[in-house]
Amino acid sequence: MYNQTEIIKDTSELGADGELVINMGPQHPATHGVLHLVVTLNGETIKKIEPHLGYIHRSIEKMCESLTYRQFIYVTSRMDYLSSHINNLGCALLIEKGMQIEVPDRAKYIRVILSELTRIASHELWLGAMAMDLGAFTPFFYAFREREMITDIMEDTCGARLTMNYIVPGGLMYDLHPDFQKKVKAFITQFKSKVTEYEDLVTNNIIFQSRTKGVGILSAEDAISYGCTGPVARASGVSCDIRKIYPYEVYDKVEFDEVLETAGDSFARYMVRVKEMNQSIRIIEQLIDNIPEGDFVGKTKNVLKLPKGEFYTRVETARGEFGVYVVSEGGTTPHRIKFRSPGFSNLSVLNHISVGSMIGDLMASMGTLDLVIPDIDR
Amino acid sequence: MFLKEYITDVVTGVISLLKGMRKTGYYFTHPKEIITEQYPDNRATLLMSDRFKGEVVMPHDANNEHTCTGCTACELACPNGTIKVVTKFETSPEGKKKKAIDALVYRLELCTMCNLCIVACPSDAIKMAPNFEHSVFDRTKLTKVLNQPGSKIRKGIE
Amino acid sequence: MFSLEGITTNVQDWLLMKFNPTMALAIECVIVILLSISLFALLGLVLVLMERKVAAHIQIRLGPNRVGPGGMFQTVADTLKLIMKEGLVPDKADKFLFNLAPFVVMMVGMLLLAPIAFAKNFQIWDISIGVLYISSVSSLSVIGILMAGWASNNKYSLIGAMRSGAQIVSYELSAGFAVLTIVVLTGSLQISEIVNAQQNGWWIFKGHIPAVIAFVLYIIAVTAETNRAPFDLAEAESELTAGFHTEYSGMRFALFFLAEYINIFIVCAIGATLFFGGWMPLHIGNWEAFNHLMDYIPSSVWFMGKTFFLIFLIMWFRWTFPRLRVDQLLNLEWKYLLPISLFNLLLVAVIAILGWHF
Ligand code: SF4
Ligand code: SF4
Repeated sequence: MYNQTEIIKDTSELGADGELVINMGPQHPATHGVLHLVVTLNGETIKKIEPHLGYIHRSIEKMCESLTYRQFIYVTSRMDYLSSHINNLGCALLIEKGMQIEVPDRAKYIRVILSELTRIASHELWLGAMAMDLGAFTPFFYAFREREMITDIMEDTCGARLTMNYIVPGGLMYDLHPDFQKKVKAFITQFKSKVTEYEDLVTNNIIFQSRTKGVGILSAEDAISYGCTGPVARASGVSCDIRKIYPYEVYDKVEFDEVLETAGDSFARYMVRVKEMNQSIRIIEQLIDNIPEGDFVGKTKNVLKLPKGEFYTRVETARGEFGVYVVSEGGTTPHRIKFRSPGFSNLSVLNHISVGSMIGDLMASMGTLDLVIPDIDR
Repeated sequence: MFLKEYITDVVTGVISLLKGMRKTGYYFTHPKEIITEQYPDNRATLLMSDRFKGEVVMPHDANNEHTCTGCTACELACPNGTIKVVTKFETSPEGKKKKAIDALVYRLELCTMCNLCIVACPSDAIKMAPNFEHSVFDRTKLTKVLNQPGSKIRKGIE
Repeated sequence: MFSLEGITTNVQDWLLMKFNPTMALAIECVIVILLSISLFALLGLVLVLMERKVAAHIQIRLGPNRVGPGGMFQTVADTLKLIMKEGLVPDKADKFLFNLAPFVVMMVGMLLLAPIAFAKNFQIWDISIGVLYISSVSSLSVIGILMAGWASNNKYSLIGAMRSGAQIVSYELSAGFAVLTIVVLTGSLQISEIVNAQQNGWWIFKGHIPAVIAFVLYIIAVTAETNRAPFDLAEAESELTAGFHTEYSGMRFALFFLAEYINIFIVCAIGATLFFGGWMPLHIGNWEAFNHLMDYIPSSVWFMGKTFFLIFLIMWFRWTFPRLRVDQLLNLEWKYLLPISLFNLLLVAVIAILGWHF
């Protein structure tokens, strides 16, 4: 075990051969949160990256063990706060699966639409933040303009902008806002007209391309062996979209493509996310006019009790596979709970893909891994 | 051949940069596109979504009556102990003893706006208010008693 | 008509009348120093505000709008805040160099003001090797940055300073070559002569394509030299937090901040002088009426207008482009800008010898 002075000494003095050890974070503009990277440099070249975690650990899993099945869902919004809706959905699905609760079709449709909106919002934020990491400030504001429309929709329907907690076991907390469809359609129109803007400002920009092409290459084998999921793995050509492989809700009824790229570099990861936004729009367009009438919540008992046993569900968040694993003793609270968060595995490749590249490349690789620190450090 | 590649490199690069500049230039010259809200100035016209979860309130009608029966369902539903229902026994005119609330203590600083209490309440006695300006200088001000002083339960609510 | 020229001659005559020549010179020096310091302060305030406004409007925001009408006094308030802040010096910093560095950077900016012609006959020092002086003095600012980076005893600062060293040294070359093309066309190093040579048309119009290329190269190179995005690697806030001035706070930080804007002003002023005819009004061929009309606009307005146009251009770059990586930055210079500028210089030499320019 280290004591504190040793840590400071350890990370602040020159290493062997004049290596420079710098602490990026926990307060650093590019780590977007409290990630602490101990980076060993040789000049500008990265020799080693060690992520240090624990700065925002809230022991959410332990906390969930003392909450009832209705209550613990809202806590998961605080993990990957950009996909909070999808996290909630994962937990609700687990309970519905365990207790065989029938979910009305209307709720299923709405859940999917909101999930896709969440995904777009998350990708928009990521796009802006990553462009900012690479030194372009302006796309951030343009991306936020579109994201703002989604948060407004969320605010109307769910009552909150980020931590919605709109999903309850068996359906939804309350019905859609009457304006929902109109606003979503307005958003789709706006989004489609503004997509070219990102292309002009970011995608086709020669500086952006040279900063990201061939940077942080992750091979398909490595992606699998590190357990990467989501856009990170799909950019390396690994097909892993839960929505396609284990379709939940109504994903088997809609048409969409799993976006795959083969290059595995930062630019491929960028392209996957940008194309995914378009696919999400496609899903929403198919569903928005066909939301069936009916109940928004199914019949559930007042007190939920999961039968004795082990349960696992997975959903595709904006960052990859989010898994919920619950061991139940038959009581009203989970006996043990474990979340499989996509960010943790995605972060673990950071060292692998950045060794030998430059500090500037680290920003590109880290940006395109799309890390949300509270998701890594639960 | 090399020279040709070199020149196309330069030209395509410059064109891509110019395209970006055209976009930002467009926004610079079109102040109508500005989307910022002048927040403290536009308080009067600020439109909050009617469902916005800002804080839990208990609506009272003109006779200072609410519909809370003191059933403590909300207290049980709350994941983090934000609500404490303090009950008392009231004697009705007929001499029957009846449970009623003394105080519904709500601690805003603990609340996560998860809405579970509202859903749990059987008599719709509490609801979310779209008020978001909560900052105070003293933390104790955030602990509120939701039922108004002297308020009573509305007739006919069991 | 309002003219700065008259004022300077009047002041000089009056001083010579009252005092002996040495004394008069000394007083003039003091006046010039005071003037340039106040110009610095004013420019800093105006340019920072302008940058924030430009950035805001590009980013569909409003920008500062609370202090004073339209946020006009925002930068004044910021400066007051910075003055009142405590200036921390890190524990193991080299105190002397740490304190000296911001002043070195500022001093370079001040020295560069000397040969700039702000208006007709309004120039501090019309030195015969003006252009040479500018390119030699401007390269000194890297010393201040290196000093700051080294003395801070901070690894981010050190990396930032080293980056900026590599950057400024390389971009000096193409900036120099771009300037040389104009020198070749004019045949003189003196600023006043360069301006006078553009009497009947600015070099950017008269010099054919090579002058345009030289101008583009110049703008790119000076953007890099002044450490502005997309070449702001020395600060690179997402990588190095704040680069060479990470450890600076309070007034010392303000000096660095100010120096950045002063440097932008100066390089843009030089650019305006070389390519856009400095204070020369826009003259088109023999449209007498139009030319006369243009003459009515005071020369100082012409100069400032051109300079601020170039400053706007540089700000526009900053808020549009992502940052380059350090090796790409050097690639750009050595593989693209330098060969192009060498070739361009050759072209200009041919044009100048054959007298193809107007
Ligand atoms: S909104 Fe949630 S946290 Fe707040 S009082 Fe109700 S149940 Fe408790
Ligand atoms: S607010 Fe509703 S749930 Fe809470 S005690 Fe009153 S009636 Fe019961």
